[in-house]
Amino acid sequence: MQLARSTLSTAKQSNAWNKFQKLSFSVATLPSLPYGYKDLEPYISGEIMEIHHSKHHNAYITNLNAAMKNLQKAEAESDLSTIIKLQVAIKFNGGGHLNHSIFWKNLAPTSSGGGVLNEGVLKEKIESKFGSLEKLKDELSASSVAIQGSGWGWLAYDKVNKNLSIATTSNQDPLEATTGLVPLLGIDVWEHAYYLQYKNVRPSYTKEIFNVVNWKDVQERLIAAMKS
Amino acid sequence: IILKLSKSDIALKQKMNRVVLLLGFFLHMATAQHLPVPPIPYGYGDLEPYIDTETMKVHHLGHHASYTHQLNQALQSMRDDPATKHLAKMGIDELLHHLKEVPEQYIHTIRNAGGGYINHDLWWKSLSPWGGIEPGDSSITIQERRFSAAVEKNFDSFDNFKKLFEKAAASVFVSGWTFLFYDKKEKAMEITNMTGHDTPAHDPQKVPLLLLDMWEHAYYLKYKNHRSDYVAAFWKIVDWTEVSTRYAYASEEVEPEPIPSYEQREKQRVGMIPVDTSAEAMKEL
Repeated sequence: MQLARSTLSTAKQSNAWNKFQKLSFSVATLPSLPYGYKDLEPYISGEIMEIHHSKHHNAYITNLNAAMKNLQKAEAESDLSTIIKLQVAIKFNGGGHLNHSIFWKNLAPTSSGGGVLNEGVLKEKIESKFGSLEKLKDELSASSVAIQGSGWGWLAYDKVNKNLSIATTSNQDPLEATTGLVPLLGIDVWEHAYYLQYKNVRPSYTKEIFNVVNWKDVQERLIAAMKS
Repeated sequence: IILKLSKSDIALKQKMNRVVLLLGFFLHMATAQHLPVPPIPYGYGDLEPYIDTETMKVHHLGHHASYTHQLNQALQSMRDDPATKHLAKMGIDELLHHLKEVPEQYIHTIRNAGGGYINHDLWWKSLSPWGGIEPGDSSITIQERRFSAAVEKNFDSFDNFKKLFEKAAASVFVSGWTFLFYDKKEKAMEITNMTGHDTPAHDPQKVPLLLLDMWEHAYYLKYKNHRSDYVAAFWKIVDWTEVSTRYAYASEEVEPEPIPSYEQREKQRVGMIPVDTSAEAMKEL
């Protein structure tokens, strides 16, 4: 970018540069958690939260930024082969960034209302689609447990059917980009999300996590999805 | 005329019924082929400090046992189904060569749980409390000497092989394994990554020699996100004698010698066995 700037001299080129700058990807940064690392205990340990946020999510962001920087360079050089080669890293790390950014907001300490689903459009839709909140929890847990290897379980909004749905993605595939469904609530079932506390007992983790689900956030996402 | 059975006849009949039931039970068990969880050839604590006891226990009794159970269930269903009975009768190694014939309702489980069953069995056997002694010209067994030469031929040097293997392992971002395998058709060794519990052994021409579990459950309790520390520790426990023996059988280059006894291996580990630099060993090459 510096090199491009120094070679720009005419006003015409300067406009092009401004346009280009607006189009370029702004560097991703690690969002801060809306609560402390230990605040989701005893359902998710402080140790897990700290490593998950400050190491894993951070690594996705670092690698995403590196990939996007390489992408800009490849685009500037019209290097199609490299552009294509970078897609895997962008999907993986970008997906990891998107997914975890949603996840931190999907959770809240019990002291801030985590685990409590109040009356509202979300509760109505859950009850009409699944029968009850408990049935939704069972279904979403079961889907998340059944994922082989690494991935995410999702409560999603289907804009086509205008209804809630349960979905899963593998690895760090972002839900909306790969399926069109709008993510409302994600359950991370990568082993790093629960192993230090729950070891191989994934079903316990997917059951206990509901104690700290921030249903207010889930409802906000639903309302936004229904509007769009 | 109704024949009334005497009390002793009834008792005899009951005894015979029980015997028949027991025989039937044993016959069923003998032919049922319920696979046991493959045992680990050393104790749970024997790979400390490189792999911690807790990981070994959860990995074996939690994950490996779960794959075994799922596989057994799928095999039982396939045995009861006349269309797939012949597939269920193959050993799991053979069945993995015939994945294309496995119908949709079983394929997912056979591939994941069957692969998990086999990979973990090979995994435990690839590690040893007497591992970590790299093969070379002066190794005790002929297969180690040959394996060392073959690695040099395929990868320029043993160190270079390790670097390439580490690089492959570092690039496994999802649940998967890194393999060193021998390709019988190409007569060459290759390094490859597999996702999930796939194995190069789906192809009968490829024989896994060494594998590294990069699923998070394999290292997370001790190493957390420090994967390169885990890979560095892995080298310290690789059973190169076992790996070399696999190579000998796969390449048919040489008849492998028996694996040294526990005593010999323990002596070697503490440095009591003199390294064989005699003409005898060098003559092999």
